[in-house]
Amino acid sequence: MIRLTDVSKYYPTRRGPARILDKVNLTISPGERIGILGRNGAGKSTLIRLIGGAEQPSSGHVERHMTASWPLAFSGAFSNGLTGYDNLRFICRMYGVDPADHEQSVQDFSELGVYLREPVRNYSAGMRSRLAFAISMTIEFDCFLIDEVISVGDARFREKCHYELFEKRSDRAMVIVSHDPGYIREHCQRAAVLSGGQIHHFDTMDEAYDFYLAHLAE
Amino acid sequence: MPGDSRTQGSLLESLRVQRRVINALFLREIMTRYGRHNIGFLWLFVEPMLFTLGVTLLWSTLRVGHGSALPIVPFAITGYSAVLLWRNMPARCIGAVYPNLSLMYHRNVKVMDIYLSRLLLEGMGATMSFITLSLIFISIGWMEPPEDIMQVIGGWLMLAWFGASLAIFLGALSEQTELIEKFWHPTAYLLFPLSGAGFIVDAVPKGFQHFVLYLPMIHGVEFIRDGFFGSKFVAHYDMGYMACVNLGLTLFALAQTAKIAKKVIPE
Repeated sequence: MIRLTDVSKYYPTRRGPARILDKVNLTISPGERIGILGRNGAGKSTLIRLIGGAEQPSSGHVERHMTASWPLAFSGAFSNGLTGYDNLRFICRMYGVDPADHEQSVQDFSELGVYLREPVRNYSAGMRSRLAFAISMTIEFDCFLIDEVISVGDARFREKCHYELFEKRSDRAMVIVSHDPGYIREHCQRAAVLSGGQIHHFDTMDEAYDFYLAHLAE
Repeated sequence: MPGDSRTQGSLLESLRVQRRVINALFLREIMTRYGRHNIGFLWLFVEPMLFTLGVTLLWSTLRVGHGSALPIVPFAITGYSAVLLWRNMPARCIGAVYPNLSLMYHRNVKVMDIYLSRLLLEGMGATMSFITLSLIFISIGWMEPPEDIMQVIGGWLMLAWFGASLAIFLGALSEQTELIEKFWHPTAYLLFPLSGAGFIVDAVPKGFQHFVLYLPMIHGVEFIRDGFFGSKFVAHYDMGYMACVNLGLTLFALAQTAKIAKKVIPE
């Protein structure tokens, strides 16, 4: 279980601290899939970083009783000067996993071919995303944090991602943040809406959906 | 267990995770800086070696060392190696967080780990360069082996401690104000001639010895030289003073790192 209690987050700006999250409460149980809707700049990415522990709250508590991934399908966590393979080795070493066990699966899944041994600098955006997703799947977590829709590659590749994440790992907890209600509806059991720094919980998907659309129009 | 958290769990477990993270960062740093081209990671100590070699040859030719009976080769090697140790460490830590911001997405990567991995690399490079050059010059007969090897090692470790704590303190402070980055280069440049690399304290006029001995690195250099060729000159050092300065710097470094770690925002 992961529990956020009264979590607030401020960022310093030139005009004083800006409040991003205001006393957010959220509980993620094992195996639960939660969608978090919010417009651009609503604090979705901040929230997911707080859940994952990449950032510390300004006030409030985050308790983590299960392992949480880093924000998934994120392609920026690479050293551009290093090869795809060296980036894989770095992640594996950091999480205490043997890179040799995963080289083949990353090779197969990312479809990078000889480019796996080339610097990431030379990759196209699609290649980067494929590598990012393939590397994300080498480390197992109880809870996967997914920042924005995984819009990686072509339809066939998206199908493969869908299988890896939502079918093979259907027993894991997931937190998916997105501004796309369709995606949340498709993959989550319940949804919450981030608006004005506050989180609004709903019992049904439809209520969350209606609330979100109403606020979009504002 | 993959993905384990460092905030929850025993201290021993935390240390295990930290060792793993620093190791991963360390190897990544080697690959990023030296890659697989030509001699690769050997540049780690070949580069400082070339510096020290150049300075040693230059000083030997010009007979720096105030015309005394000082053995010039070990004098130059100890002096310049020591400079590399304390001067390059801060240079590697100032502004070190920004290029690594994307790594902070991984919960277990802490600001301190980034500093420690870089310092480990820098310290290893300077140490390997110092050892290799010493062995070469001893084997071709340009200098005598150290008179007291343990004292040399002790002095070297004290200098490494000084360099590392100064580096972490300045690195963490540089995340708060850009002034550090602007001022460190001129400061390091001005400190170089005062740091004891190019002179021994005994050769300094009596009235000024007192002042130069405020600089902590001088004590380390004098201590190392005393271990190398102590019978050839009178060394001036107070390792208790140096240890106090190091300890103070370490405490400031830890406090400042803790302060900025809370404010780091992954890219």
